[in-house]
Amino acid sequence: MKKTTKLITAVLGLFGGLVAALAIAAYPDKTIGYIIAFGPGGESDVSARLQEPFFKKFTGQNIAIQYKPGAGGAATWSQLNGMPADGYTIVGTNIPHVILQPLEKDVGYETADLANVYWFHYTPDSIMVPADSPYKTLKDLVEAAKKAPGTITFSGSGTNSSNHLAQQRFDKLAGIKTTYVPFKGTGASNTALLGKQVTGSWGYTTVQMMLGEKARCLAAAMEKRHPKIPDCPTFKELGYDLVGGAYRGIAVPKSTPDNVKKAVSDLIGKINKDPEFISKMEENGFAMVDVSLSEMPKFMDQMRKLYTGLAVDMGIKKR
Amino acid sequence: MPGIEFLIDALTPVNLLLALAGVAAGTIIGALPGLTATMGVAVLVPFTFGMPPASALIVLGAIYTGAIYGGAYSAILLNTPGTPSAIATTFEGYPMAKRGDGDLAITLACLASVFGGLVGALFLLGLAPPLAEVALKFGPVEYFWLAIFGLTLIGTLSEGNMLKGLIGGCVGLLLSMIGVAEVGGDIRYTMDFKLLLGGVDVVSALIGLYCIPVLIDLVATPDPHLKLGNQIAGYRLREALTISWRSKVNLIRSSVVGTIVGILPGAGGSIASLVAYSEARRTAKRQSNFGKGEPDGVLATESANNATVGGGLIPTLVLGIPGTPPDAVILGALLVQGIRTGPSLFGEQSSIVYTFIYGLIIATLLMLPMGLLIGRYAFKSVVTIPKAVLVPAIGFLTVIGSYAINNNTDDVIVMVVLGIVGWVLNRLGYSPSPIVLGVILGPIAEAGFVQGYLIGTARGSVLAEFFFRPISMAVIGFILLSLFYPFLIRHWRLRRRVVSGD
Repeated sequence: MKKTTKLITAVLGLFGGLVAALAIAAYPDKTIGYIIAFGPGGESDVSARLQEPFFKKFTGQNIAIQYKPGAGGAATWSQLNGMPADGYTIVGTNIPHVILQPLEKDVGYETADLANVYWFHYTPDSIMVPADSPYKTLKDLVEAAKKAPGTITFSGSGTNSSNHLAQQRFDKLAGIKTTYVPFKGTGASNTALLGKQVTGSWGYTTVQMMLGEKARCLAAAMEKRHPKIPDCPTFKELGYDLVGGAYRGIAVPKSTPDNVKKAVSDLIGKINKDPEFISKMEENGFAMVDVSLSEMPKFMDQMRKLYTGLAVDMGIKKR
Repeated sequence: MPGIEFLIDALTPVNLLLALAGVAAGTIIGALPGLTATMGVAVLVPFTFGMPPASALIVLGAIYTGAIYGGAYSAILLNTPGTPSAIATTFEGYPMAKRGDGDLAITLACLASVFGGLVGALFLLGLAPPLAEVALKFGPVEYFWLAIFGLTLIGTLSEGNMLKGLIGGCVGLLLSMIGVAEVGGDIRYTMDFKLLLGGVDVVSALIGLYCIPVLIDLVATPDPHLKLGNQIAGYRLREALTISWRSKVNLIRSSVVGTIVGILPGAGGSIASLVAYSEARRTAKRQSNFGKGEPDGVLATESANNATVGGGLIPTLVLGIPGTPPDAVILGALLVQGIRTGPSLFGEQSSIVYTFIYGLIIATLLMLPMGLLIGRYAFKSVVTIPKAVLVPAIGFLTVIGSYAINNNTDDVIVMVVLGIVGWVLNRLGYSPSPIVLGVILGPIAEAGFVQGYLIGTARGSVLAEFFFRPISMAVIGFILLSLFYPFLIRHWRLRRRVVSGD
């Protein structure tokens, strides 16, 4: 009898211990679904692919990257809050997209509906010209634009996009008028740049890294020069207060419990501070930022004010 | 041949196995309507991260080239292009299958794909850096005219039924405008349906307009789906080789067209095969056979679309600009592997790039036995499976395929609605091809027009921008030729008859 009781107690004890262990087990204990709101091959995809091995390194778990492109990302973001709220479905989000889209039209979500838990990097806006362009500096370009308004053309990816906004912001700051020619995606915009169909291109520092010596970066919208593109001055150095670009981060469904949100935020933050990861990102032209859960409300407020103002100026704001 | 020493690296057992597996997987992915080459490559990218860069590239390239070929199966046997690149293959492939030559058409498609793939890869091997410049010569205006050139094919395709063809083309153009405009950002024709914001996806239009009417007709008529030939060997290699040898000029021309169109970012396999088809038809001796199952049509389209694989990799590897959508994925994989694209890739990192190109050539060659084998099974199963099983199976695939485009049910709804509309239009004598041409070419023409207009205005003359650039003028020349060639020929023949009658 005694033996049996002992055995039962032992089994129960073991079981209890197991349950307790499970409850405090580190998140995650299974594969995380990572949804990209764009097609494969873009900046969002590349950065997720670069993060992938570090998920494995820090957690022992894999991530499963899925693509749900459509309506500039809105197809995914409008469905985010209906997804499982357990921390095992995370979604990539982008600024200015998630701020501008709902301002422009009813896209099935509002900016405040998205529970962003981390912004991990941005691709700084930058002006590039072909390597053999007569415009050697930003000053040359601005002077030419002042002499003949409207004749300087810039290719860029998309309408009312991050590139388009940067062009509008800079035109205003410099007091010039240039022509923005929207293309479908960065690849098409780069083709127009290298083919000299346009004077220059509004793109990102990632584009400059990809094009290498075939293009010259005249200025980048960063606080300090990009470590891998030291020859490219910042707009600030040249007297224009322009810092920004497209920010990328992670959001989870709104109903996700706070401790799970924090766990996701912490994990992304840990990856983002890994020196090997940082060097890989910078080699591709990304600029690191770290906006975690606690700084989120302030950061989003700031961004919303900035882009709402721009949207009003450009006549995008319709709602 | 440059970098021949790397042929050995490409021939390691592991790389050979990867090439073989890639081609097989690609062929099957391509054959299923909705699962495109882009998707196949994207899904398999994560599996390549653990591999050495050259092997990773070989497996991705093999999947890509296999998928482009696999698209021909469903185009020929079900009148549904398995990938957008195979649209033009339906023009002659399906009529061939209807009259009992489905196995011949598939064998021809395999030979043509291997040939086209090799031509594209050889251009990539030998002439990549200079050819990449071609990609840069094409500006927005040139794309506009290229799209217009593609649209002239509507005229050729609708002989005897011109008005309905043109109406179909306009319907397609209008469909392509639905959603948020790529350039300009306006919201058009969405009628406040959120599901229309993203527009009509080309792949869901393809599946809906081509496949659903076929399925409905299969159910509505008691005849067997395809006529059986005398023998059901599943492939007719000797016959196909004879035909291919006879049409070697067509094969070479189509492969070169495919390579060049592949180099142009923003064009891609569907346009390559349309242009090759149009040229094959224009220059054919037996023009009247076209539209009724002319083997030359299948040879032209299938060699052209596989040539875009090598062609598209040219700007991808040299300039870092993806030539076709699957190349964008391959480029992403390269970045993750830490490989910088650019002319230096052919210098400093030449071991990777040449091992890859030889691997691609080997994969293309492996497509011959692999393709014949898989093609034989595909043909036999489509021909022998009873309709009661075939129809629901394909119906299931159409739903899965259109969902898989963007992992979104909206595309399934669009596909089904277009399918029903397509069936009704079919009954009224409108064929799906002009509509689909409109859907594919509309956005290219529109973007090219708006961009060209903006740049032209900034440069001071819109007229000069559109009409006085050398490549534009050449493309306009081709447009005029393809529009008026039939009239000229008739006029010429008429005059000769008069002369000889004198």
